[in-house]
Amino acid sequence: VTVANAILQGVFLGAFYAVLACGLSIMFGVMRIINLAHGDLAVLGAYITFVIVDRLGLSPFVAFLIALPVMVALGYVLHLTILERSLRSGILTPLLATFGLSIVIQNLLLIIFSPDVHSLGRSAGSLTTASWQVASGLSVSALGILVLVVAVLVFGALQVFLSRTPLGWRMRATAEDPEAAEMVGINSRGTYAWATALAVAIAALGGLFLGIRSVFDPVSGPTQLIFAFEAVVIGGMGSLWGTLLGGIALGVAQTLGAQVNPEFAVISGHLLFLVVLIARFGGGRMVLRVAR
Amino acid sequence: VRVARWTRTSRLFTGGTVVVAVLLASVPLVFEPDVVQKLTTLLILVLLAAMWNALAGYGGLLSVGQQAFIGIGAYGTVFFADNGVTPYLAMVLATVVAGVISVPISLFALRLRAAQFAIGMWVIAEVISILVRLDQNLGAGTGISLTQLNQYVPNFRQAYTFWLALAFAIVFIAALFFLLRSPLGTSLQAIRDDEDAARSLGVHVAARKRLLFVLAGFGCGAAGVLIVANTLFIEPGSVFSVQWSAYMIFMVLVGGLGTFEGPILGAIILFAILQTTVSQGGPWYLVGLGFIAALFALLLPRGLWGTIEARLGLRLLPVGYRVVESKSAEPA
Repeated sequence: VTVANAILQGVFLGAFYAVLACGLSIMFGVMRIINLAHGDLAVLGAYITFVIVDRLGLSPFVAFLIALPVMVALGYVLHLTILERSLRSGILTPLLATFGLSIVIQNLLLIIFSPDVHSLGRSAGSLTTASWQVASGLSVSALGILVLVVAVLVFGALQVFLSRTPLGWRMRATAEDPEAAEMVGINSRGTYAWATALAVAIAALGGLFLGIRSVFDPVSGPTQLIFAFEAVVIGGMGSLWGTLLGGIALGVAQTLGAQVNPEFAVISGHLLFLVVLIARFGGGRMVLRVAR
Repeated sequence: VRVARWTRTSRLFTGGTVVVAVLLASVPLVFEPDVVQKLTTLLILVLLAAMWNALAGYGGLLSVGQQAFIGIGAYGTVFFADNGVTPYLAMVLATVVAGVISVPISLFALRLRAAQFAIGMWVIAEVISILVRLDQNLGAGTGISLTQLNQYVPNFRQAYTFWLALAFAIVFIAALFFLLRSPLGTSLQAIRDDEDAARSLGVHVAARKRLLFVLAGFGCGAAGVLIVANTLFIEPGSVFSVQWSAYMIFMVLVGGLGTFEGPILGAIILFAILQTTVSQGGPWYLVGLGFIAALFALLLPRGLWGTIEARLGLRLLPVGYRVVESKSAEPA
């Protein structure tokens, strides 16, 4: 039963990772770049939500809805100022530029908010503490259910958005072949900017959950980035639903590892990630390898 | 038209570096220990910048996880010293261990490209960091001192460490210099300029990258060894910190990615910045570092040295070739 409970908690944790990873997956899928500041943008979203909660005394969920347009605008501008230029100059430049951005965001947060940890948990009210005993040793928390439901809704909404709306079609077309998309009249620059805006907005949602689930500080971003990237890779890069499954696999790996020894939680997630990398790329190479 | 490697300036300068090395070697005899300690830090930065540039500038491998090797070097030194090896011998052994470990890691990591390699290396560094934290004999999360170095008189210890740092810096930078000048190096520079084109011309790209990766493993391990020798105390939180990667990226981007001299210039610039602003505290300088690194990546991808090189045609430590137009051009 304890193992079953660990798996259940892992699914809830993994749904959170999937939300964090979703934006990263969109950006990789559409633009073929990994934004190394993704985790810091999620933490930035958490801080903006925190400020609104703090000043206006609102519930974090309402505050998040106010923070959302800010994050969308931020993502749009981020593309036009930094990413667009970096896309034009080789595969390393986006990584270098976003790594620099990551350092800037972390230290600006450090200057503004001090290194103290913050949390949105208290202001979220009874939601963070409510839980039900399903069977002996098997408990379900309200927050876990909420994150899981929201994660499924986010991925479902993205599925509908990408397959049913004109902007979604443009994103998929640009992802397939930006030059061909330009030829049929799609503005790839604007499409990329909207994809980044969408990614940053969902990252902020991940930040909201991070803040409600636990605590965050100015340097929480890199850890969130690593977990998000692991979810994307485990699920298969470029695959949207894969990212949801990848996040859940990562969450389950971590809670099962913690079952053996609490200190093994993070490392068992890392090991799953490395194993998936070896399996996938090793397999690919074996097919392609030719005698020299 | 002929093809030449040396110019008069580069001959003079390369000769000059030998003089500089000799002068540097006499530093501990002249200066106070605190100056010697600071210059040791500079040599560590130079070594790190050169190694990161070897990976990213020539191999196209952007690693955010070289702190893995820094940590292996530092903790390896403590491990061997704790097991009764003479401290300075322990340092050489730890460097070798870091280099040897980079071979199996390369088998895995070099299959990855771009972001997968960058974050894959980061995760490897995290895994090693967690393993160290789990080991009580290595001080777990709270850190450990290299007490064995206390057997030396502080002034002598500082001098020995400086000489070791100088030796490591010279050995690894000279190794890179001669590697890049060899026929092998020509293929490395071809990979730098266009990996796919190099492959299509028959360059064995994977083997060349492995060579650079292992060299950087040795070099970053040596830097970790020097860090513990210079500060006498390490903890996993700082020695495995991604901050090291941030420093390396800053030095190489500002100095000049894929240029030989640039990273050395970048290291001197970072050293100057660290000396002036860190003492005042505050994370503003890190905001500046991140901002400048991003700016260089976007606007000046070949850094300060790359720009100087392109404008003035200046080559101080020549690793490439240049076309010299002969003065008496033959009539067509």
